[in-house]
Amino acid sequence: MNALKAIIARDLRLAFRAGGGAPQAVAFFAIIAVLFALAVGPDLSLISKIAAPLIWTGALLATQISLDQIYRADREDGSLDVIIGTSDELILTAAAKAIAHWLSTGLPLIIATPVLAVLLNLEREAIVPLLLSLAIGTPALSLIGSFAAALAVALPRASLLISIIVGPLYIPVLIFGAGAAAAGASGDPQYGANLSLLGAATLFAAAFAPIASAAALRSNQD
Amino acid sequence: MIARRWSARFCAKGLAVSRGGARIVSDISLDIGPGDAVILTGPNGSGKTTLLRALAGLLRPDAGETSLVAGDDEHGEDGRGGVIYCGPQNAAKAALTVDENLRFWAALYGAPGARIKQARTAFRLDPYADRLAGALSTGLFRRLGLSRLIIAEKPVWLVDEPTASLDAGSIEIFLGHIADHRARGGAAVIATHDALEIDGARRLRLSQSASS
Repeated sequence: MNALKAIIARDLRLAFRAGGGAPQAVAFFAIIAVLFALAVGPDLSLISKIAAPLIWTGALLATQISLDQIYRADREDGSLDVIIGTSDELILTAAAKAIAHWLSTGLPLIIATPVLAVLLNLEREAIVPLLLSLAIGTPALSLIGSFAAALAVALPRASLLISIIVGPLYIPVLIFGAGAAAAGASGDPQYGANLSLLGAATLFAAAFAPIASAAALRSNQD
Repeated sequence: MIARRWSARFCAKGLAVSRGGARIVSDISLDIGPGDAVILTGPNGSGKTTLLRALAGLLRPDAGETSLVAGDDEHGEDGRGGVIYCGPQNAAKAALTVDENLRFWAALYGAPGARIKQARTAFRLDPYADRLAGALSTGLFRRLGLSRLIIAEKPVWLVDEPTASLDAGSIEIFLGHIADHRARGGAAVIATHDALEIDGARRLRLSQSASS
């Protein structure tokens, strides 16, 4: 337990230190939203209509940019050997790495969302469903992403490969997440169903991603 | 603090290891008892690191097996987790301070807090406790990497190029810890290109031809 806590605390500390990548992910998220809004032009009603799907897509892309670092940095400096070698249960260690990634990437994105929502003229009643859908869905992004990072840990310049691996796997999360945000905003009865399916996707990822990550890390040891 | 004692016996039988499809190490057998030290030599590419990583359980050998009886209470009959590998990378984070790195290792190895200071002092890192590891010189960074040996307190040390980038004084410090470890019944395998003066150490020379 202590080791898992130490891994999460260390990864968070590294993420928020210079060059760590956590603030960059939020900045990237904001830039995507702002650039898109500028590209759409001054049609406020159109922007407010696409704000929630745009924020969901932005969160997905911003999550991807730091996936590569989940295991690669540890492998390059030798600490992955120590982490794997001292781990009693590699599945829990992999889960801890994914949790650390969500705390350093997913959570800051959720915190930044209300500001971007205002910037994109999202209706007030749409903000809570959007935040709720992000809170339920973004853990799945980190979990699935950590698996892809574990798969590609031994490959050089794998960042793009990881994005290609996670792209298709993120589709259900994106559909249910953006669907829940839209349904919640319009008072559609599908809201609950979308949130449930989104939750199911996250739980599914939570159950399988750490197991798959641990297997990938083991086979990449050689 | 009471220093732990072991009666470590670490054996490898007929070890063969490949990397990237090529056989790097073949038919290596080792029998290391308490207080033994083995100096592993050989030209670049002869498989010193590969052998050490296989001994540490970080690489799966094609053939052969390793076994460890630690001879203490903590490590059971199978001696699992009784080996520490200290590689050429130092497993330390440049963006963390010396103490933060030591604390992280202590948490992973389940070491008591007091051993952090012990490890720091052991490699003369006390003046740098709050300095970012990335701001240390290469030699100091190496000393930080080696201090993991003290934190982990394992019966078998596998050390890869420990003295590269260390000055004469630091090499003395390191050799002192090796002697202390052996006196407590621990065992060590040290891969090196330097002519290290280690009393009673056996030599194992790997040759290039092992790769054929």
